[in-house]
Amino acid sequence: MANLKELAARGDKFTGGHRACAGCGATIVARQALLAAGDKPVVATCATGCLEVVSTIFPYTAWDVPFIHSAFENSAATISGVEAAYKSLKRQGTVKEDIRFMAFGGDGGTYDIGLQALSGAMERGHNMLYICYDNQAYMNTGIQRSSATPKGSATTTSPNGKKIPGKVQFRKNLTEIIAAHGIPYVAQSVVGNWSDFTKKVEKALAKGGPAFIAVLQPCRLGWGYPPELTAEMGRLAVDTNFWPLYEVEDGKYKINYTPKERKPITEWLFQQERFRHLKRPENQAILEEIQKDIDLRWENLGKKCSQ
Amino acid sequence: MSELKKYKELALGGNIEKSGTAVDFKTGDWRSSRPVYHPENCIQCLFCWVYCPDSAVILKDGQVTGFNLDHCKGCGICAHECPGKKKVKAIVMEEEVK
Repeated sequence: MANLKELAARGDKFTGGHRACAGCGATIVARQALLAAGDKPVVATCATGCLEVVSTIFPYTAWDVPFIHSAFENSAATISGVEAAYKSLKRQGTVKEDIRFMAFGGDGGTYDIGLQALSGAMERGHNMLYICYDNQAYMNTGIQRSSATPKGSATTTSPNGKKIPGKVQFRKNLTEIIAAHGIPYVAQSVVGNWSDFTKKVEKALAKGGPAFIAVLQPCRLGWGYPPELTAEMGRLAVDTNFWPLYEVEDGKYKINYTPKERKPITEWLFQQERFRHLKRPENQAILEEIQKDIDLRWENLGKKCSQ
Repeated sequence: MSELKKYKELALGGNIEKSGTAVDFKTGDWRSSRPVYHPENCIQCLFCWVYCPDSAVILKDGQVTGFNLDHCKGCGICAHECPGKKKVKAIVMEEEVK
């Protein structure tokens, strides 16, 4: 794996001057992913969402790689088409270089709207890497709930009020859905652990087939925490087992990081504005339910790893 | 704020002919506090550089030398991630005053 000195020598492929919020995690994902892939040419696309909107405001672009704008639902389809064209040109001898293909999508564009296109691209076996920056709601349009929003989280379409205490349902486990496609590489990573993320991007690109990485990306606006804590909030989600760092390589599960001591989920929840109402005594039962769900998911993951 | 381009300055069909042009756009005036670098406490771990969302940490030959205040939005991630030397941070956030 490339260390920080080697990454620094490659130079940034995602420039400053984009219009993301101060302390945005999505741009950290894009920067680190392009740095990790930077020893060979990369073609990128991005589903409509925060990352696309802040990085490509006309007439500026923050992408220092060939970039294709695609609609909300089809970034996986777009990049798979580019990859198919590249394969054909390479066969004909017009293109000689090794080129890598990357698609970025938020949780709205991946868990909900782009799921069909993503599933199709994974099944067809294109040589591409899909990175989902999961900030757990539609942040770009003003924090609406998505199927990645965790239980109890207040969003504008699942507000805390008299009828419901934030989102009622548990979140969908997309990483498992993609792992069920039987593709060479599926992983979960986090903003706040650059070495884990860099390692996984390098591994995914070296596999030479469809690969998927879900990255938990703290959003200072939608989650409601001070901007300097972006990386810290990601690490805390890992230390509470809310977001386990694991990979599925050729069908084999492996946990990459086990916290020395599992922290209670309240440590992570209570730092965020969106879970503030859970501090009230009448919502104690929800906290217990959330903790039980996290423990169950961790236990099931452990079983899969030992199989 | 950066000047908006007139239509005659744009390429035909509104094409963007070069990549990475966002460097010309200044976001430094969003900032309410600025990072101040104290090189004597810096161990050159590069954590500030790898976690900066705005690519605003200036490196020279792989060494941190300061910040690009045209792009820095003052989020403070660099100061928070900085391990410093003997627990004294090399990056401290100071409020912008005019």
